[in-house]
Amino acid sequence: MNKKSILAPFKGWKYLFKKPVAIPMDDIFKNPRESQDNYRGFHINDWETCIGCGTCAEICPTNAITMVERSDVEDVEGSKPERPVIDYGRCCFCGLCVDICTSGSLNLTKEYLYNSSEPEDYLHMPTSEGITGKEYKLGYIQDETSDLLDLERKHMEHVGAEKRKSSFIEIVRGFSKEQALAESARCVDCGICTKTCPANMNIPEYIKSVWEGNLEEGLDYLYKTNPLPSVCGRICTHECESVCALSHRGDAIAIRWLKRYIVDNMPDDKYEEIVLSQVSKKGEGKVAIVGAGSSGLSAAYYLATLGYEVDVYERKPMAGGPMRYGAPKYRLPDAVTDHDISFIEKLGVKIHTNTDVGKDITLDELKKTHNAVFVSTGYPDTRALKIPGVDHKDVKMAMSFLAAATEYERGVAAMPDIKEDVVVVGSGDVAFDVARTLIRFQNEKYGKMNVQMLALETAQQVPATPEEVTEGVEEGIHMNLGFGPQTIQIDKESGDIKGIEACECIRLFDDNNRFDPQMDFDAKMCLETQQVYLAIGQVSDLSYIPKELQDKITIERGKIKVDAEGQVDGASWLFAGGDIVHGMDIINGVADGHRAAVGIDKYISKNKK
Amino acid sequence: MKEIKLFLGPQHPGMHGNASIHMYVDGDIINRAYLLPGMLHRGFEKSMERRTWMNNIALIPRICVPEPDTNEMVFAMNIEALANVEVPERAHWIRMLILELARLSAHLMAFGGCGGPTGLYTAMYWAQADRDLILTLFEEITGQRIYHMYIVGGGVRKDLPKGIEKKILDFVDDLERRLPDYEDLILNNPSILARIKDNIMLPAEVVWELGVTGIGMRSATGLEYDLRKVTPYARYDKVEFDVPTATYSDAYARLNIKYLEMYQIIRIIRQVLDMMPGGKVRAKVAEGSALRWRIPKGQVYSAVEASRGEYGYYTVSTGETMPYRVAVRGASFPQGLLGIEKYLPGHRIDDAPLWFDTMGVCSPEIDR
Repeated sequence: MNKKSILAPFKGWKYLFKKPVAIPMDDIFKNPRESQDNYRGFHINDWETCIGCGTCAEICPTNAITMVERSDVEDVEGSKPERPVIDYGRCCFCGLCVDICTSGSLNLTKEYLYNSSEPEDYLHMPTSEGITGKEYKLGYIQDETSDLLDLERKHMEHVGAEKRKSSFIEIVRGFSKEQALAESARCVDCGICTKTCPANMNIPEYIKSVWEGNLEEGLDYLYKTNPLPSVCGRICTHECESVCALSHRGDAIAIRWLKRYIVDNMPDDKYEEIVLSQVSKKGEGKVAIVGAGSSGLSAAYYLATLGYEVDVYERKPMAGGPMRYGAPKYRLPDAVTDHDISFIEKLGVKIHTNTDVGKDITLDELKKTHNAVFVSTGYPDTRALKIPGVDHKDVKMAMSFLAAATEYERGVAAMPDIKEDVVVVGSGDVAFDVARTLIRFQNEKYGKMNVQMLALETAQQVPATPEEVTEGVEEGIHMNLGFGPQTIQIDKESGDIKGIEACECIRLFDDNNRFDPQMDFDAKMCLETQQVYLAIGQVSDLSYIPKELQDKITIERGKIKVDAEGQVDGASWLFAGGDIVHGMDIINGVADGHRAAVGIDKYISKNKK
Repeated sequence: MKEIKLFLGPQHPGMHGNASIHMYVDGDIINRAYLLPGMLHRGFEKSMERRTWMNNIALIPRICVPEPDTNEMVFAMNIEALANVEVPERAHWIRMLILELARLSAHLMAFGGCGGPTGLYTAMYWAQADRDLILTLFEEITGQRIYHMYIVGGGVRKDLPKGIEKKILDFVDDLERRLPDYEDLILNNPSILARIKDNIMLPAEVVWELGVTGIGMRSATGLEYDLRKVTPYARYDKVEFDVPTATYSDAYARLNIKYLEMYQIIRIIRQVLDMMPGGKVRAKVAEGSALRWRIPKGQVYSAVEASRGEYGYYTVSTGETMPYRVAVRGASFPQGLLGIEKYLPGHRIDDAPLWFDTMGVCSPEIDR
C-alpha cells in the first residue's frame, strides 16, 4: 500500500470549511423551502367550477376522497350539491384526481407543510382558499397531456347531404359495436344526467350495460322509466347531454345514440321477454287514455304493467301522435314507432284508433265506463299568425302539412300540393322539419329546390337544436334571420301569392325576458314566393272537455293545472300529462305518463277501500 | 463456545432496507443465516389485481423505494405490448432520462451506503446529499421526490418543464467533477479496502446457481450482460455507453463497477439531452376514461436493467379494467433470499451489512 493511498481519503477534509448542505431544523418551519413548480402538494378546489360529480373519488387509488353533501351549495341542474373531502391520512398525492377532474376545478398546490394535533383536521374539504388559509402557489395542475378523460365523442356516421335531400332515408346510421363500446367507455358514471332527464332515466346504468356488453340489462333499465326507447333513441331532446359532466371540457357522451344502440341491437324475442317481465302486480280497474302520443302510451304501458285494463283512444288512423304525424321519416322511420308500440300492445293495452273523443265518444261516457281517465291530447294545431293575406289557400299550417307529408311517405295519400318557391316562417325544430320535408318533395317533384326560412330570431337565438340547423343548411335552406313577416302579398290578377314582406326585428325579448318583438318598419325586405308555411309554434285543442268540466278545472294558456302526480285540480278522476301540461317535448310526455300511472294506481287503490 | 442467535435489522443503521437477518453466530463468525422479509409486505402483486390499470401507478413505485421508476417502466411496457400502442418518440427519451437519473440516485445510495457498515459516515453523507439534488430534479419533472408516478402506459404523464435540461447538465457536470473525491474516499481508502478486498466473494458458479444478474453477474463472469445492450428497450440502442465488467467478484470489484457505471450514466444522460426530440409525450392506451380502460387479453413479460439487475413484470390481462395477474421478478430475489441462507454463513458478523449492500439487495422486491 503506497503513501498516496494512505493520504487519499483525507482529501475529503477540503469540504470542512464549505457551507454545509444540510438545512437547519429551525429553517424548516420558519423559512420553509419552496417546492418546485410542478409539486403535488395539498389540494385546492374551486367550488364555483366544481360540479360535485365525484369522479375524483371514483379514481382515487387510496380511497381518500369522500363526496359530502353541502346544504350551502345550491342544488342546480347539471351539478350535485356535493364537494370532495380528502383524508390526508390516506392520500398518496398521486394527482390522478386532478388528471380526471371533469370540470377542471381540482388542482394541487405547492403547499406541503400542515400540522395539527387534531386527527380530524386531516380530513380536509378543499376550497379555493388552500389548506393553510395563507397565500399559496399552484403546483401540479390539470393539462391536456395528463388528461385521463376521453373528451372526443366517437364519430357517428350520417348520410351525406347530397344523398339525403332527395329521399326520406334515415340520416343517422347508428353506432357499430366498436363505436358504442368506445363511446360508453367515456362515461364517468356520475349520474348528473339522471337528475336532469325529465323521466329520470337510469342513464349511467344503461351506458354501463352497453360498456359491459350486457344489452339485456340495458334494455331492462330503459323500460324502467321509458317505454318508447326506440323513439327516444332517435328524436329525444336529450337535455341529459347538455348537462353531461364531460361537456365542461369536451364533448358530452352521445347518450341518445347509446340508447338507440341498445334497442336496435336486441333481438325481438329477448326484447319481448324483458318487456313483458316488467308486469309487477294485478291491479283491478279500467283506465281510459285520450290521445296516443308519448304521454298517453307511456301511461298506458305503466298502467298495464300494474295490471290495469287500459283503453287508449286516438282520433287518427294510427297511434303515435307527433311520432307518427309530426316527425319526418328521415328522423324517425315508421318501423321504429311500430316497434315500440307493438310491445305496449303486447302487454294488453287496447288502442282504439279513428276514435275522436268528444265526437265519437264523450269524456263523460269514458268516466262512467272507467275508474279513471288520463288525457294527453298534445298540441295538434299550429299557432296562428295575424297578418294580412294569411287566409290565402297557399298559406299552409305546419302540423297539418307534416301530417299530410307523413301520410304520403307511408304511401296512403298523394303528395301535398307543393310549389317551386316556398317560404317557411319560424325557426324551431318543427320549422326545420317542414323546410327539410319541402326540400325532399321539391327535389322529387321538380328536380330542384328553393326553400327559404324566415324568422324573428337571430342566429344565436334560433330555438331549433344545432344539428337541425347544420343539417338544414347543408341540405340547402336559405336562412333569413332577424326578420318578422308583415304582409303576404297577393297578385291581384291571378290571385296567387307572389311574396312575403318582412321587417327587421330589433328586439325579441323585453327587459323582463318576456317575448315582445319590436320591429324597425323602415328596414324592409321582400321574399318572392308562391307558398307560405307557418311554423311558429303549436297550440292545444281542449274542445273535447265539456264546458261544465272546464269551469271546474284550471286551464291557463291552453295548459291544464295538475298536481305532482298528474291529477287535475278540481276533478280527481281526471289525470293529464304531456304537452297540455308541460309543453312540447317527447321525453316530458313519457315522464308525465309514468308519474300519472303511479297517481292513477294510488287513486284507484284508495277508492276501493 | 455456545452458538447464539443474533438479529440484524430491521432497525439497525447497518441494515439496508426493511428486512431482518436472523443469524446464528459462534464468536463473530456466522454459522447459519436466514432472511426474514415481510417487514414491508403490502401484498403488492395481489393488490395490483384489484386496481385499474391507471390506479396501479400509485402503488407500484413502492416495490423499490430507492429506484421506483423501473416498476413504472416495466408496467408501462407491459400495457403497451398488450394494447399494441406506439409510444411517442419524445416519451422514449424522457423515460431514458428518468431511468438513468434514478439509476444514478440508486448507485449513489448504495455506493455511499457502504459507509454505514464500515464506519465511514462521510461517504454516506456525501452520497445522500448528492442524491438529494437528483430528487429535486425529480420533484421538478414529476411533482414528487420519491414516488414519481411519472412513467405511464403510452408514455409519460407530463412533458419536461422548461429549462430542466440545463439544471440536469449542471448537476451531472458537478457530480462528474467530484466523483474522483468519492474514489479517493472509498475505493482508495486503506481502511475500507481492508474490509472489501478479497472479501465477500461471489464466484461465477454461484451466479449461475442462483440466477444473479446485474453488477453481481458482470463482476463475476466478465459478461457484458446488461439488458440495455442485450435487449434494448426505449432508445438505448441509439446511445453509446460501455458496460464495465470484471472476472473476480469481491466486494471491491462490485463497488468499483458501480463507481464506473456512474460515469456511463452521466454519458448517457448527456446524449439523451442532446438527442431529445420534440413532439407528444403520451399516447392513448385504451378507449374511454381511465376508469374504463380495458387492456386486451394476453400475457407478456417485460424487463429492464435496474441498478441491481434484471427487473421484470409478468402481466396477464383478461381484457378487463384490472390486471388479472402481475408477478414481479425482483432483481435482488436470488441473492437476497437464497444467497443469504447459503453464502452468508462463514462470514464475520460485521461483514453481513456489507454483504447486503454490495450484492445489491432491495428488500421490498423480496416481499412484493
